Amino acid sequence: MLIDVTDAAGIRIPRFCYHKKLSVSANCRMCLVEVEKVPKPLPACATPVADGMKVFTRSPRALAAQKGTMEFLLINHPLDCPICDQGGECELQDVAIGYGRDVSRYSEGKRVVADKNIGPLIATDMTRCIHCTRCVRFGDEIAGIREMGATGRGEHTVIGTYIEKSVDSELSGNVIDLCPVGALTSKPFRFNARAWELTQVDAIAPHDSLGSNINLHLRGNKVMRVHPRDNESINETWISDRDRFSYEGLYSSDRLTTPMIKKDGEWKDVSWDMALEMAAASLGEIKAADQIGALVSPTATLEELYLTQKLMNGLGCNNIDSRLRQGDFRLDNSLKRVNWLGMKIGEIDSLDAALVVGGNLRKEQPILAHRLRKAALAGADIHVITPQHLELIYKSRQLICTPGEMVKHLAAVAKAAGVKQGGTIGKLLDAADANEDAKAAAKGLKDGDTSAVMLGAMAQSHPDFSLLYSLAATLAEATGAKLSIVPAAVNSVGAQLAGAVPYLQAGGKPAESTGLDALGMLQQPCSGYLLLGVEPGMDFHNGALSQTALQSADMVVAISAYTSPELEACCDILLPMAIFTETSGTYVNAEGAWQQCRGAVKPQGEARPGWKILRVLGNLLNQQGFDYTDPGEIGEELRLLCEDVSLDNKLSPATDLEPRLGVDGLQRGGDTPLYATDPLVRRATALQQTKDAGEAVIRLHPIEAERQGLNSAENALIRQNGYQATLPVALDDSIPEGCVWISTGLRDTSMLGQPFGEVTVEKA
Amino acid sequence: MKVLSNYLKSLFLLELFRGLSVTGRYLFRKKFTVMYPEEKAPVSPRFRGLHALRRYPSGEERCIACKLCEATCPALAITIEAEPSEDGSRRTTRYDIDLFKCIYCGYCQEACPVDAIVETRIYEYHFENRGESIMTKEKLLAVGDKYEAQIAADIEAQSKYR
Repeated sequence: MLIDVTDAAGIRIPRFCYHKKLSVSANCRMCLVEVEKVPKPLPACATPVADGMKVFTRSPRALAAQKGTMEFLLINHPLDCPICDQGGECELQDVAIGYGRDVSRYSEGKRVVADKNIGPLIATDMTRCIHCTRCVRFGDEIAGIREMGATGRGEHTVIGTYIEKSVDSELSGNVIDLCPVGALTSKPFRFNARAWELTQVDAIAPHDSLGSNINLHLRGNKVMRVHPRDNESINETWISDRDRFSYEGLYSSDRLTTPMIKKDGEWKDVSWDMALEMAAASLGEIKAADQIGALVSPTATLEELYLTQKLMNGLGCNNIDSRLRQGDFRLDNSLKRVNWLGMKIGEIDSLDAALVVGGNLRKEQPILAHRLRKAALAGADIHVITPQHLELIYKSRQLICTPGEMVKHLAAVAKAAGVKQGGTIGKLLDAADANEDAKAAAKGLKDGDTSAVMLGAMAQSHPDFSLLYSLAATLAEATGAKLSIVPAAVNSVGAQLAGAVPYLQAGGKPAESTGLDALGMLQQPCSGYLLLGVEPGMDFHNGALSQTALQSADMVVAISAYTSPELEACCDILLPMAIFTETSGTYVNAEGAWQQCRGAVKPQGEARPGWKILRVLGNLLNQQGFDYTDPGEIGEELRLLCEDVSLDNKLSPATDLEPRLGVDGLQRGGDTPLYATDPLVRRATALQQTKDAGEAVIRLHPIEAERQGLNSAENALIRQNGYQATLPVALDDSIPEGCVWISTGLRDTSMLGQPFGEVTVEKA
Repeated sequence: MKVLSNYLKSLFLLELFRGLSVTGRYLFRKKFTVMYPEEKAPVSPRFRGLHALRRYPSGEERCIACKLCEATCPALAITIEAEPSEDGSRRTTRYDIDLFKCIYCGYCQEACPVDAIVETRIYEYHFENRGESIMTKEKLLAVGDKYEAQIAADIEAQSKYR
């Protein structure tokens, strides 16, 4: 279109409805230009370029058309710029300076539209709307759910949700950026600051595995809001709501601001010197090296992960793990590689077929789901094996089964694809029934030029993840598909490169001896633990086990940005750590791209960047090579180690593994809700008011509820492996029969065990 | 000839007497010294003195926290923080003017879309302690409340020239 050409050439044409990532609607008429030999002005956004075309963007005729349009747009726009949050960064304001008159000729009544409450994230002022329909097209074309729409005609056109409801898309925050006026603005940021007061700093969003590029907008030493930064190969122009609104958690009242130690059951504030000396002394006291375990968050920076690994190595063990939510580590010994997405993020757009196993990408990694949606719109054949019916934003075929049957269903697809294998896998293949669904999925994977088998978060927290992985690997090999282990968090790949998994050492090379994994460290309790940025209970595969194991340990040192009742119950020393906006660091995303960012603001209170804390601990424990003066040195040291490492999901399939999860009896299924994945997002107040925050309820199918004698809204007692909890019941027909659904990552469910396993429920 | 004339002028102190004649004239004219502080000089409605924040007759604060005064202030003397008020409207939680920084240019008053921040005719004020130079929102509103009649009259008088 003409407007793309002029934009590329740096010729500015005013526009409202046009957006480079959305379809052309040409309804604002602001981009009218004069084209030679055409009797009327034409909209530049909807006029194709032709050979020999002569266009005048600022001729008297074009300007007259643009000024006329502007006058019409301003007829109904209120003059409330002083109280409008968009003031100062408003496209209408900017264009009105250039094309508006200073006095209005319009003296009739102005249109007024009632505001809508569309949820805790987006504030509305619909009188300001100029009907560009960007938000409507965004819902239609990008987010994949039509939540906003235009009703009425002409003067009576109203943008809204038609019936009073909240906008629940996990990408909804992007309409705030899209809206050229102040009709849709950010609710948490409402009236807080003006665009001209803010300074902009580049950063990387520390949640999903893409490491979306963001801009932090600061006023003084405070992060006021987060905006997306264009990066075509990662997040295009969008970011998820989690990346956009999690900044609220930075200023949560339970930020840890001074080092604390527990003395006779009482918490005391102490000086850094004392806390660090005590931490080093108590870690050094543990004689048997394999009695120390390090549990690290995959949202920590690469530098922090590497130094923790180096520290543990120096102490003589490899008990370090960042895969806190993974449910099965039986492959660790045969897996000596760095897992990753299996392809470039951009390649997802052009997949011809995909089989997603145990993953609700939309609620795990929203931008990845958007990419997969692009593929689906282009005709990709998408199949999903899931323990829960998923509301997806793209066309797919879902094979819904209980958690225990997931292995069986994947085996059926593998069988349909003609996989031949011995051992346990062979047995599973023999037992599988290659039905129509399985055949369709296998055919899609085989026929597509580029196809992928993707293992999502629920597959990774499955107790038979090794079997799912082995089956997926053989299936991928047989069909020529790419195998993708969707990394859980922003630095999951980085953690493997840094050696923060028990079977790898720094540089992503196989370790000489495999240490204890995240689950093993809790099942065979160590006497001392080092925690980095994790919260017992919520950040673990088995919430209850994590709390009991840590509480029974002699010594737990936690380096954490927050304090919480769970941390206070489990730990002996709390060291306040700077959070992602406050520390320099590197993140390695799902496709293996190294992205660096610098600390934008000062750490709160006495908090220090994690790498500095670990450096001092290393020095106090007389370790070699902890004399860094700059985080860049740490990153560079690791980068040299990683020079010849390749990311690889290949696997020699397991032969002697038995399925651990039965298919009989009542089973629990559990996901980690979108806004419960890490300590920061759990403290973002606005996000916690949305539907995706997750509820501590027992969800089950109405038929299953009847079978169990339970009714909606009453409390039920749930028992799992000796742990129990009383939670309200909610009926939900997206859950398969024979299954109850209880999310993990929530405080109220953290006293229960692993997300998948046998349970019993009864009336409380 | 010229030399002779200059010589005579200086000999008879002609210019001295011409100057003294001016002194003599004013000595007997009506005096215009203002006996401050018992007497005050007249002040223009445009006078730019101490700042005030105004209210509507209903008692509601006029200031809507648009921050235009903060943005326009050449001395960076104004600090504003805002958030939604109880009824959801845009209101300040902090409105400070540092009178030591202020250069009394009146731009804040010019920028204000709701005539909330004004510079009054008050020019007699002092501080006895450090920090008192910072006019907080409460102090500014108190000034506004006290002198509202005068402020309103001054703005009225000026309205036709704006």
